[in-house]
Amino acid sequence: MQRIFFIIVLSALPCHLLAEHPDRFGFGRTPSEAEVRQWDIDIMPDGTGLPQGRGTAPYGMQIYREKCLSCHGQDGVGGVNDQLVGKYDPDIVFAKDMTAVRTIGNYWPYATTLYDYIYRAMPHTAPGTLEANEVYSLVAYLLFLNDIIDKDQEMDKDTLPQVVMPAKQLFYWSDEVKQ
Amino acid sequence: MKHLVSSKRRNLLKAVLGFFSSSLFVINRNSHAQTNPGPVADTTKSLGTAPTEIGERSPFEKIKRFVRAPAPAGVSFTPLEELSGIITPSDLHFERHHAGVPLIEPERYELLVHGMVERPLKFSLADLKRFPAESRICFIECSGNGFQAALPPEAIPDEITAGQMDGLFSTSEWTGVMLSTLLKETGALSGARWFLAEGQDAAVMTRSIPMEKAWDDAMVVYAQNGEPLRPEQGYPVRLLLPGWEGNTSIKWLRRIELSDKPFMTREETSKYSDAMPDGRIKMFTFLMGTKSLITSPSFSIDMPGTGWNEVRGLAWSGSGKIEKVEVSTDGGLHWHDAELQHPVLSKCATRFRLGWEWDGKEAILMSRATDEFGNTQFTYEENENGRGPRTFYHNNAIRAWKIHADGNVSFALKDLLT
Repeated sequence: MQRIFFIIVLSALPCHLLAEHPDRFGFGRTPSEAEVRQWDIDIMPDGTGLPQGRGTAPYGMQIYREKCLSCHGQDGVGGVNDQLVGKYDPDIVFAKDMTAVRTIGNYWPYATTLYDYIYRAMPHTAPGTLEANEVYSLVAYLLFLNDIIDKDQEMDKDTLPQVVMPAKQLFYWSDEVKQ
Repeated sequence: MKHLVSSKRRNLLKAVLGFFSSSLFVINRNSHAQTNPGPVADTTKSLGTAPTEIGERSPFEKIKRFVRAPAPAGVSFTPLEELSGIITPSDLHFERHHAGVPLIEPERYELLVHGMVERPLKFSLADLKRFPAESRICFIECSGNGFQAALPPEAIPDEITAGQMDGLFSTSEWTGVMLSTLLKETGALSGARWFLAEGQDAAVMTRSIPMEKAWDDAMVVYAQNGEPLRPEQGYPVRLLLPGWEGNTSIKWLRRIELSDKPFMTREETSKYSDAMPDGRIKMFTFLMGTKSLITSPSFSIDMPGTGWNEVRGLAWSGSGKIEKVEVSTDGGLHWHDAELQHPVLSKCATRFRLGWEWDGKEAILMSRATDEFGNTQFTYEENENGRGPRTFYHNNAIRAWKIHADGNVSFALKDLLT
């Protein structure tokens, strides 16, 4: 008798047990624009995300000597870590060539990715510490070493996305994704 | 209301509890060493060790990952040849990262979801755990796993364990919240086609992922085999994209940004792209293929003897469930269906086993998996035609072990191909 009374009372209460999921749960908080800006560091191929600043190869060479050479070697070759310099060669078939090295010059399709990657991840032991002008200068220096731009060509948020990488023509999308 | 337990039983319970809390039984909170008598001839004659807060393996078991390139970017391999069933113990899950394992405080952790959304949001770990939870047992495989079996034949090693060859492959039960649930919380604008996933390790690793995967089975995961993620697997939160290249399951996840175009990160352009034999370079090859590997017998796991033996291994497919695994003991001339361990799960390691009478002569063992969609593991030669020895990623070709007359085992692709 007591049990039956218990069940009647329980089913009258607004428990919403086993309710379907709401469309929105109301969890999380709205970040400030400053918070979003702090983390939103990616650079897109059309240049979206590139900050104010500029650089050329000669200044880039100075920074490179100080912060990059110890890993990546003189002029971007012969270092203990990734080789950065190697001119584009249309005769290389990377799938079969056992000695060809994949470099910025022969295997990077977008120059803007250089800015994105150097800023977020380099130097390896102190990532995210380079200023915009330093990054633009390093990018200019590496593009120059790879015979893609001239020594005095200035890289900034307008000119960098215009650079056409020689390797871009090699890249295509798999049919796993819609173009 | 009646008592749950009769008075007679309550008295018995009291007596038993009293006995256990008496000085005869001391719960030792420290390590087992105090009462551990060491290996003894007759374990029925002396007391063993007390309960502990954190269990350890038997001192007789020395199972461990094979570590290569220790610091700071690193890789370690799961010792597949030493495992049973399908689950990889959490502390043996393979590792791969580009700038070391970060130490992240869970109270300070936040995940930002922004870009082409109706409302950008930041979620704390507590928020993520509050959403409806889902669990899934599935594998993670590095896209470069097994590249040594794709090298030119003369360069393929023969003294290499199953783990050293294909051990960038592990299977766990993952628990978290579906990414689609988070995207319904922020709202996703109809023009969003891709999202960027970004980690907060020193590599600040990024990959662009098509939105279809977000709505399909992408998860934001915080638990691994029942407990919080291991640091090496992304503590406190990682992305999990079942069946896809391991690098896309971004660890130490801090940000998801929705966009209408891919971001063309360094990882998806100059690194995880497939150089093809026609000279071109294929991007966005997310799906891990259909693959299998015999783990026993294998190099360092010798044949116990002639007579009845069981050939054992693992099979998997990034597309779904394994349908069958065929095993050959004569270098591919004849194939026999192996037994599959049930349940067979989608995008998950599947254990296969086949009994074999060994006559003591040299033999070549191979396995060939087929998934539910008819994708069959291909041979080295077929791999070669679709890819090259330096394509480097998605190395799924049929592997082979040679059983020597003395019971030793070696990796046999070089033998077969040269």
